[in-house]
Amino acid sequence: MPDDLFRLTVTEAEGALSAGDISSVDLTGSVLDRIDAVDASTGAFLLVTAEAALEQAREADARRSRGDAGPLLGIPLAIKDVLCTDGVATTCASRILEGFVPPYDATVVARLKAAGAVLVGKTNMDEFAMGSSNENSGYHPVRNPWDLSRVPGGSSGGSAAAVAADECLAALGSDTGGSVRQPAALCGCVGLKPTYGRVSRYGLVAFASSLDQVGPLTKSVRDAAVLLSAISGHDSRDATSLPEPVPDYAAALDGSVEGLRIGVAPEYFAEGIDAGVASAVRNAIELLEANGAEIREIALPHTEYALPVYYVIAPSEASANLARYNGVKYGLSDPQAVDVDEMMATVRARGFGAEVKRRIMLGTFALSSGYYDAYYLRAQKVRTLIKQDFDAAFESVDVIAAPTSPTTAFELGGRTADPLAMYRADVLTLPASLAGLAAISVPCGFVDGLPVGLQLMAPPLQEARLLRAADAYERLRPAAPAPRQAVEA
Amino acid sequence: MIDREQVVHVAALARLALSDAEIDRMQADLQQILQAFEALNALDVSDVAPTAQVIPLATVERPDTTEAPLSRDDVMRNAPRVERDQIRVPAVLTED
Repeated sequence: MPDDLFRLTVTEAEGALSAGDISSVDLTGSVLDRIDAVDASTGAFLLVTAEAALEQAREADARRSRGDAGPLLGIPLAIKDVLCTDGVATTCASRILEGFVPPYDATVVARLKAAGAVLVGKTNMDEFAMGSSNENSGYHPVRNPWDLSRVPGGSSGGSAAAVAADECLAALGSDTGGSVRQPAALCGCVGLKPTYGRVSRYGLVAFASSLDQVGPLTKSVRDAAVLLSAISGHDSRDATSLPEPVPDYAAALDGSVEGLRIGVAPEYFAEGIDAGVASAVRNAIELLEANGAEIREIALPHTEYALPVYYVIAPSEASANLARYNGVKYGLSDPQAVDVDEMMATVRARGFGAEVKRRIMLGTFALSSGYYDAYYLRAQKVRTLIKQDFDAAFESVDVIAAPTSPTTAFELGGRTADPLAMYRADVLTLPASLAGLAAISVPCGFVDGLPVGLQLMAPPLQEARLLRAADAYERLRPAAPAPRQAVEA
Repeated sequence: MIDREQVVHVAALARLALSDAEIDRMQADLQQILQAFEALNALDVSDVAPTAQVIPLATVERPDTTEAPLSRDDVMRNAPRVERDQIRVPAVLTED
């Protein structure tokens, strides 16, 4: 038995488990040892549930010995701390939720447990999923496994770093404006944002309800397909979850891009996109073309407006969603306050970090009397124009290819003084979120030792097409030796 | 754009007890961000319908049947102050 089981993909590990070569207890033990060895460097986890994980691993092994099987049975996974876990603390990386223990599982967590997955812990994130660098965690920042002086991206930075540093075989994150795809790109793993409505949001702590989706971060596209099949599908507890049946996404991966029409929009290669990133992405697109895909130039003229539209709509929705943190039902409180208004205002002032306060203020302002039409309503109208750009483009192409992030991972502290500079990190992932598309980031090379992500976008509910294209690229991708991660030093 | 008085008003609406230093910083940040958002005014949206929701879903109904709720003890366990099975909060109505 190899001593580095933690390096396996979900698909590889399932093969070894079903062949009887390894047990889930072996695999889970290896992952927990790995966390012990590297998590002090990455800071990817807020909580490691080692004992519960080993118990789940023993149960998975027992199920296998009884003849049970399944793609996630006995597979160690990590869960972003924005998802409620029954009996396990859930903080959203916020001090205001310190001590909160949910009495129920998020639907996606319940589905993973039913599939026999082993949950090793809760991953770090930007507080309430607001951020692009994971520096907004109320506990500690996450460091990029490729260069510990750099950020992992955000807001699912802990999940991305944990997957990249092999501290789990795969993880769940959440993506509101790019929070799965952007950290996946910066950490060199695969990150999938499903179509809005494909995955239940029940038990996902709400940030911006018209945009939030749960998605997997994985070491391969095939693993992303496996996890998506496991977590997708209608849920009567989420009125926006779609009723369409869930296909076996992994079965769609035939390795072919023959005849696939790929749209490329100049707006995604405009000023502000790092030249090395643009070049790596163009090389990936050329490789797909050389293998039978057809490249077409398309126009997405409202791309530049996605940033202001998102940063009006998402904070507006957040300002309403976060009204529930007031010291009454859970989390931080102030029993000495003279009245309830004072309690709410002081608890919220103490419990929320600077970025969360900024977004609550921005959203409250945009929704306030006299400003609603000028900001919120106007942003919703421009959102329509962004969606119409994609509707028109998808009449002539099957998928759209672009960079995921304008740059590779930036230095910790490099953008914290300038909120707008931080917001621009999401500029290429926001449009697909606003239009409710399916989108994925796949590693497509390195610039100066740091990973670059290729973003593919597909029309709503076309995850099978999206994953087939991404998997085909992954198979074609040159096997250039990857630089050594800093966590290996 | 947004003056200090407005920041104080919005903070009150949002139930955020901001310090004087936070109000100053917030005013500067919001000013900068709202200025960047002026780009949206370049577009003519008079004939455009707003998008609140991207998927075409009709009103969703569920069967009118009862289900087991969360356990009362589990839910109350998270409340900071519980007395006689109820959540206690500071006074909601005060003298002044």
